[in-house]
This record gives sequence, C-alpha cells and structure tokens, in this order.
Amino acid sequence: MQWETVIGLEVHTQLATRSKIFSGSSTAFGAAPNTQASAVDIALPGVLPVLNRGAVECAIKFGLAIGATLNRINVFDRKSYFYPDLPKGYQISQLAKPIVEGGALNIVVGDTERSIRLTRAHMEEDAGKSLHEDFHGMTGIDLNRAGTPLLEIVSEPEMRSSAEAVAYARALHTLVTWIGICDGNMQEGSFRVDANVSVRPVGQVELGTRREIKNLNSFRFLQQAIDYEVRWQIETLEDGGRIEQATVLFDPDRGETRMMRSKEEAHDYRYFPDPDLLPVKLDEDWIEAVRATLPELPVAMQVRFQHDYGVSAYDAAVLTGSRALADYFETAAQACGQGKLAANWVMGELSAALNKAELDIAQSPVSAAHLGALIARIQDGTLSGKLAKQVFEGLWEGAGEVDAIIEARGLKQMSDSGELEKIIDAVLAANPKSVEEFRAGKEKAFNALVGQVMKASRGKANPAQVNELLKARLQ
Amino acid sequence: MSEPSLSTLAAQLASKQISSRELAQAYLDRIAALNPAINAFITVDAEKTLFEAAAADALIAAGQAGPLTGVPIAHKDIFCTDGWLTTCGSKMLHNFVAPYDAHVIQRFKAAGMPSLGKTNMDEFAMGSSNETSYFGAVKNPWNPAYVPGGSSGGAAACVAARMAPAATGTDTGGSIRQPAALCGITGLKPTYGLVSRFGMIAFASSLDQAGPMAPSAEDCALLLNVMTGFDPNDSTSLDREKEDYTRDLDKPLAGLRVGLPREFFAEGLNSEVAAAVEIAVAELKKLGATTVDISLANSRLAIPVYYVLAPAEASSNLSRFDGVRYGYRAPEYGNLDDMYSKTRAQGFGAEVKRRILIGAYVLSHGYYDAYYLQAQKIRRLIADDFSEAFKVCDVILGPTAPGTAFKLGEKSDDPVEMYLNDLYTIPANLAGLPGMSLPCGFDARGLPIGLQLVGNYFSEAKMLNVAHQYQHVTDWHARQPATEGAS
Repeated sequence: MQWETVIGLEVHTQLATRSKIFSGSSTAFGAAPNTQASAVDIALPGVLPVLNRGAVECAIKFGLAIGATLNRINVFDRKSYFYPDLPKGYQISQLAKPIVEGGALNIVVGDTERSIRLTRAHMEEDAGKSLHEDFHGMTGIDLNRAGTPLLEIVSEPEMRSSAEAVAYARALHTLVTWIGICDGNMQEGSFRVDANVSVRPVGQVELGTRREIKNLNSFRFLQQAIDYEVRWQIETLEDGGRIEQATVLFDPDRGETRMMRSKEEAHDYRYFPDPDLLPVKLDEDWIEAVRATLPELPVAMQVRFQHDYGVSAYDAAVLTGSRALADYFETAAQACGQGKLAANWVMGELSAALNKAELDIAQSPVSAAHLGALIARIQDGTLSGKLAKQVFEGLWEGAGEVDAIIEARGLKQMSDSGELEKIIDAVLAANPKSVEEFRAGKEKAFNALVGQVMKASRGKANPAQVNELLKARLQ
Repeated sequence: MSEPSLSTLAAQLASKQISSRELAQAYLDRIAALNPAINAFITVDAEKTLFEAAAADALIAAGQAGPLTGVPIAHKDIFCTDGWLTTCGSKMLHNFVAPYDAHVIQRFKAAGMPSLGKTNMDEFAMGSSNETSYFGAVKNPWNPAYVPGGSSGGAAACVAARMAPAATGTDTGGSIRQPAALCGITGLKPTYGLVSRFGMIAFASSLDQAGPMAPSAEDCALLLNVMTGFDPNDSTSLDREKEDYTRDLDKPLAGLRVGLPREFFAEGLNSEVAAAVEIAVAELKKLGATTVDISLANSRLAIPVYYVLAPAEASSNLSRFDGVRYGYRAPEYGNLDDMYSKTRAQGFGAEVKRRILIGAYVLSHGYYDAYYLQAQKIRRLIADDFSEAFKVCDVILGPTAPGTAFKLGEKSDDPVEMYLNDLYTIPANLAGLPGMSLPCGFDARGLPIGLQLVGNYFSEAKMLNVAHQYQHVTDWHARQPATEGAS
C-alpha cells in the first residue's frame, strides 16, 4: 500500500521582550536559579498578572508578517494542571480567542515552492524548569523561565514529508528572527517544535490518528524524529496494528520516539477566561504603529533583489535566509555595483569560509564593505578571480584594506604588455614542442602554453590579455 | 470605652488630646480582654502595632498627618501584610508570613493608620458564619451562642465589640454586608474595580472586592477615601479620578427615589427583618424620599449562578496551594501526586474542598457550556435587571440577609441552607454594583437587623449620603453589645 504522511507543527517561540509577559522580572537566559522570579512569577497568594504590551506587539508583528487576521479582541484563558514548575497550577494562555488566526508561510523544497497555511498563533506564558539531576532523588525547581512570553504558532496539517516540515520550521525560524520577535536560539529553548504526525493510505481523505512528538530543539532532530515516526506508524499499520493517539518524545541517542502519555492520560485542562486579565483590545492606531516598525519582509526582499540586482529567484531565496545575510549581501552589492558577482561571492567563497570556520554571517571577519571593495577591483580589471581569492584570504586574516593588501602582496594584475610579451617569448622559447603541436592543429597545446604563461607571471597576468597576445605571436 | 467616630478620634489625635500609641494601647487592652471569648483575631502583635502607632505620632508631631493618621484599624487576614502571618483562615497558610503588602494595606500604611492585627474569617472567605475558619469560629458579640456572619466575621465582630474602631473586609457574595448586618455595624462593598485586589488572596476574582467596615456610614466614607484608587498592579482596577466620598454626606434626601425590589420582600424573609426594613423605609420617606416598586426578576437565579461561577474561579485560584513553594505540606507522602493530594486533603477544610470540587466539575470538558457559559449569560441578565431598575430609582433598598444571626452549628451541616443567607447580597457582586449594609433594628432576641442599599456603578457617595442621613435620625448604628470583662 502507498502511504501519505501528514504533518502539522506547533512551534513555541520565546518572545524577545526584556521582561516577562505578566511581571517585571527579567527574561535573560542563564541566571542563577530562581534569581529572576518575582512574587508574581512564583505565584504568592494575592499577586495578579499585568500584561506586557511588548509581548502583544511581538504577536501583532507576527500576524502582520504572515498576512493573518489579528483578532481585535482576544482573550487570555487559564489552562489548569498541576506540576511543580507551574507555580499557579494553571498556565495563562489563549484558547478560544487567540490574537492571530490564519496567514501563510512560503516554503521551498527542491524546485517546488508551496504555501503552508497557519491555523493560529497565541500568546502564553512559559513554565519554569524541573531539574531532575543533581538533587539525589529529589527534583529542583527553577522558576526563572516561568512567565517568559511565548507565541505558540500552529500550522495546518499541510506538510507531506519531513523535508517540508523542516523547510517550514526553517522558514518560520527565519521569519521570527527577521522581524525581531525571537532570538531563535534553539539550544536555549527559544524556538521549540512539536510535530503532529499521522499517515494515511494515498487517496484517503480522512486523516489518520496522529501522535505528537514533543519538544524538538533542532532541525536535524525534527527530520529524524518524523522519519522514524512515519516508518513506525506505517510498519504498525501494515502489521495489522492500530495507532493510538499519544504524546511521544524523541530520543536522539537511540533515534527513536518513545511514548510519554496516551490519550487516556491526557489532562482535562478546564480552560476558562482568566478573570484577572481584561480582554486584549487592538485598535487600528496600535496595529499601524506596530506595522511601521516592521522591516522589509523576506518575500518582498526576494522580489526586489531579483529586480534590483539581477539575481536568480533561487539566489534571492538563499540570500534572504536571514536578515543578517540579506543585509550583508545588499551592502556588498551596493559597494561594488555588481549584484550578481556579489551574490556569487557571498554564496560561494564567503559562505564556504564561514562554514569551515563555523561562524555566523554576523561574525564574518570580512565586512560587507570590504567584500564590495574587493569585487570592485575585479570589475575594474585590477584583480583576476584567482588573485581576488588571495586578497579575500588577506581580508579574512585581517590584513587591512583591499588596496593595501593588493599593494603589500603585489597581487595587482599585470597590465604592462611589454613585460607580458617578454614572459611569452621566454615561454615559447622554452616549449618548442607545444608550439609545434599547436601549429599542427592541437588546440590543447595552446591551453598548456597559456598555463605556462600564467605560472611564469605568478598568476598576475590578465588571462584574456595572455590569450590575445599568445594568439598574435603564434600566427 | 465610649464610642467615638473616626472623625472624632482623628480630631483628638490632631489636637494631641491622645496619642496614637495611647489609642492603640487602649484597643489592644480591649482585644486582650474580649478576644478570648469572641475569637475575632487570628493574629495580634502589640509590638508591631505600637511601633506603627509611634510612627503615626511622629507624623502628627511633624505636622504631616492625613485625615485619619494615628487611627488604628484591623485587617481581614485575607490581605497580605508584610511581616505578618497571613493565613486566610486556612491550615494551608497557617505558617505563611507574607513578604509584601497588599495594595489596601499599603494605602492604610501610607495614611498612617496602625494595624491592630489580622481578623478571623471563613477559610479562604468561603462561608457565611465564620465557622469554616481553621482558627475556630468567631462569636457574635451580641450573643456568643450566635454566629457573626461571614466571611468577614472577625472584622464585623471586632468592630461591633469595639475592639477596633474600624476594619477592612472583603465581599465576594456578601462577605462584608452579611456579617455587618448580623453584628449591627455598617459595611460597604464598592463598585467592582474601585479597590485594588492586589495582595488580597483571591477567592473568586471577578466578584471579590474589598471595602470598609465601621460603626457608621461617615466612618465608611472616610475609610473609602483611603482604600480606593487606581493600581497598575491590578488589571481590573479602574483608572478614574479620585473622589471624596464624604462630599455628599450632608445632602438632604428630598427627591430621592428608593427602589424596593418585590423579590427581596417575598417568601423566605424573616418577618421581624421585614418589619424593621419597612420602618426604615418609612423613616427615609419622612426625610423626603419616595419609593418605587421595582423587579429584579432574574435575581432568583443569583444563588445557582454564583455557586457555578465562584467555585469555578476558586478551584483555579486555589490551585497554587500545592505544598511546593510555601504554606502547608503533608508531612508524609509517596510520589508527587501523593504529595499534592495529601497536602490539599489535609490543608483545606470541608467547605473549601466542596467548592473546589464543584468548580473543577463545572469547568470540566463537556460541562463547561452547560454550567459556566450558561451562568455567565444569566449573570448578564441579572446585571441588565439592575440597569433597568436604575432608570426609575436612585438606590435600591431591601434586607441584607433573610434573617438575623443564627446559632453556631445551626446551619453548618446544610450547605444549601447556609448559602441562602446570601440571597440578597449576591446579585450586587454578580453585577459588579456597590452595596452596603447598615443597622436598622433588633429582633426579639436582641440580635441586630441590617438593611441593604444597592447603588448604581460609582454611586458610593450617594449611598453613603442616604445611609448617613438615616443614621442622623436613628441610633441603631450607635448601639453596642454589653461586653463583660472590658474596661
């Protein structure tokens, strides 16, 4: 039987506000346990939540960026369950009236572009952390994270492969960091993915029973977990088994998903509107004020890059992989006036060097202005491509400005034809055999001679000029 | 002790006839003498009280006194008070010393009013007799065999017995007004949102409101001036201009339209209470008021609606008492779930558990629409009835409770009978309207009778005006129980 995979993602993004969603405590990561937990965060008797407008603005930005409906009145609900790192015994979230509904995100897998629709995005508070190690059979509770604002972003079950799920997650990651509502740090838990996975026979309309894989904190684990889960579900069904609705965890060491709780063990969260918080009202002035702070979005920038810099659709997509990369490219392209060349350098030499050094574009030792200056020197004939790579190495090492490196390392392309003619004469004299072969009609021999000339000039000869002069000499 | 009003005490303090320390000491002495029999206080800390009184004396000496500086006050043990045990009447918080002050406490501190201690109350404010307190029942100062009402029973009793010149209370379904009525004092529940709930341990967030309890309406007006005001720490606090609630006290009542809801004078009302309220109406008429018959038809549903909504919110609000971070934790338990269930089974009393169970039930999957949503709709209808009524009257008048105080233990085995005591007070909470109770007579057993005024939103000054004018021509509010063992 042919099976179709159906995936929907729920992504918890920590919003990049300085203080928590309902208290003034800091949200900074990594402080000593419970040093960023106020009376509100630890739920002392009598305390009350006060909504952080900054968190609402992050949600508005997101809604605008994905073309969603912003609910002008949205409501916080209480979601009740007992757990030691949930101080109030309920989490403040949004159930029936979330702030964001609808919207879509474009993904590219291979040559195919698809639009994935979003169901909703709602604001909620994060829980604290339970630390099960280091306490000799007891559990430590750290409430620093309790009350950190989250935007939970829920997609429609429209992805059909792990590759699409990863592409969606990456596109979402790009977007939330692009618009500055999330730092995107997956190790620190700023971007956590839950995947709802089911399979069904191809052609069946009805969805299969889903299992939810919780808390995937890397794109690689997302892919591995889905691939394992899909195989497991198909095998189970083909062996005559049934899929029970469940929540599972992915064990990256064993590459397997493991049952966390079944549907029977699922909580009744007893949702109801939080009477301590008024409904959130979004007026048009507020929305427009937030819209004015939005940067140019990736999709708009891709169109502009194709138009302004003549880069391909594919290159434009790659170059808008992050805001830092896009800004870098644009600065370099403007510095040299050579969009396509700049794109090639950014995606080629620079990316390779950054990957090798495991550096992010923001940490690049070569600034966009320097790269632009380098490309300008290629364009004006000062440098050949090969020499330019040597200059690039100099820039990477921090050896100074482009022209200074060219000067200091004597990398200027040879433009004095007299000097070049002398080299050519010497090469011809030293290679009579190649000359003879060329004259006998072997084109290959010509290339060998060009190579010899370039070598003798230590790469500084202009290859086009070499060709021209050599041809003239041999005729 | 004679019975000076807050304004008299303030004048004596200002003119240095008495110091705040002397005044506080006099009340502390009276508490020491009377409280063992009445049990109105959970915590008394003379040292803290006198320290605060000395600070008030310093303010007075420095000429920085406000209108009530130096006048002591007792606080219901539902308000978190920095450095004081704050129990909410529960074993669950029997050891909880609050590390911060509730907004209400901050305001009284800022006004220079020393705290006389923390008053007894029904556990988590759930009760109408003060019998559910972990710290024992409070006795009615008019007759110790009778309950003082609840949940602010300690507050009402300590004011009635003049162990404090005034007290704070909270009212979720009548918890200021009903004990005020049963103890023969004046108590006011303001419009929802007028007094910050920050630091007030939550029972039912959408209904809870703090207010003053004192012998007279004038006292309550002065206290309300201290308590009210916008608080950015409470999202339901109303940001509106500060009022002087004493401004209309002396206005004549000519032209006042008093609405009499026929549902509040129907079956179930004790005849002595009915008679006393009718005499009070006649008194107001003499002062120039006219009466209007009105109907609050949906009020008959107030109790069932309240006993869906209040437990729903309570079941959630009380989830934080889990033994993890503060308060009571069961001494022995197996795993985490066992710790939760033993802690909560041992830490909460029967009435609290009953309401948590009801609340969890009405919010559970499959029942939410039938109970919680339905109750919210009726809540709106009840509020709409009041809006209609206020088109034809200025205040609504009726009995505060269907009867006078009942005997200790008389209703504690029958929760529904107990719940009916709040029949007339609950509608104002559901609508968010201000309500107050003032003494209007005594029954044959010598127990006080209270009448209730319900006003439109933000009409506290009007209600206080009516009450003050009534108290100007009557002396029910000035009557005091005979107390033995006091100086």
